[in-house]
Amino acid sequence: MAMLHIVNKSPFERVAFDSCLTHANAGDSIIMIEDAVVGAVDGSSFSGKVKAAMADKTVYVLGADLAARGLDGKAMDGIVSVDYAGFVDLTANNDTTQSWL
Amino acid sequence: MTTKNFLFVNRKAPYGTVYALESLEVVLISAAFEQNVSLAFIDDGVYQITKGQNSKGIGMKNFSPTFRALGDYDITKLYVSSESLAERGLTVDDLMELTYEDADDDYAEKPSIILVDAKGMAAMMAEQEVILSF
Amino acid sequence: MASLNIGGKDIALDEEGYLENLNDWTPEVAEALATAEDVTLTSEHWEILNFLREYYEEYQIAPAVRVLTKAVGKRLGADKGNSKYLYSLFPYGPGKQACKYGGLPKPTGCV
Repeated sequence: MAMLHIVNKSPFERVAFDSCLTHANAGDSIIMIEDAVVGAVDGSSFSGKVKAAMADKTVYVLGADLAARGLDGKAMDGIVSVDYAGFVDLTANNDTTQSWL
Repeated sequence: MTTKNFLFVNRKAPYGTVYALESLEVVLISAAFEQNVSLAFIDDGVYQITKGQNSKGIGMKNFSPTFRALGDYDITKLYVSSESLAERGLTVDDLMELTYEDADDDYAEKPSIILVDAKGMAAMMAEQEVILSF
Repeated sequence: MASLNIGGKDIALDEEGYLENLNDWTPEVAEALATAEDVTLTSEHWEILNFLREYYEEYQIAPAVRVLTKAVGKRLGADKGNSKYLYSLFPYGPGKQACKYGGLPKPTGCV
């Protein structure tokens, strides 16, 4: 059962993102939206954990939220940028979703 | 009117919550009342002043250009935590160029951003009379 | 809610007479808002309105009166960058009144 994990809090402010990575299974998808998109930036103290997750999970980021924070082009390689329609597709294509508020 | 040293400590990323915008509103109001205002950007607060913000896609107002008006309000000291930038994979080059015109120096344009480490930030905080945290 | 009818189009105003939607602004809207307060807009008024609109475009805020005065002085000269001149054009307060006609929000810090 593939699950989509939705994270919306900065990993530098709360442990929700970290907890999500700990509990996501191989084959799951993770999408960063709102303040969580700061976790997509390469070279941060959190990027290693996201890279490790990408070994067996697919990681997405909502492009509009990245651009709003001036972080366009700073996401690490392998993270897939999607628009709102792509986000909807992800929720439809997974069996379940879980929001890490 | 009594003038005091006000420090606004900004620790949240913009847009996801309303703290950053609310802080900026109070900053402008404090400055309009001719208080001595400084700003600090710590933790996720550093994302508030990144350059190239484009919020069209999320349907919210991009308020980052307002930080460039702070010089007009005589707000000339924006302290940025060097550790917070480094932890986030950012450098000072990722931030907007924020400047003010120095009336005591023939209106020369000078940088408002002051990069400080935690020790420097703590020392600066110790000199404040009113600290508001967002 | 109050509104203004310009060329058959209803334009929404808030309780203090400022535009609800800043995109509704046109020069005709400015004229109508001024006329409603018995003000005839001259080229001197327009100089300030245009300046305010440019300031808003660049910084996304309506400046406080002190800031406006200083900025006008820098751009249009000291004879215009003073409260006496600005209040002569906008007796209800250059911030409040000029921002209203210019289609901007009420200046931050204006009480």
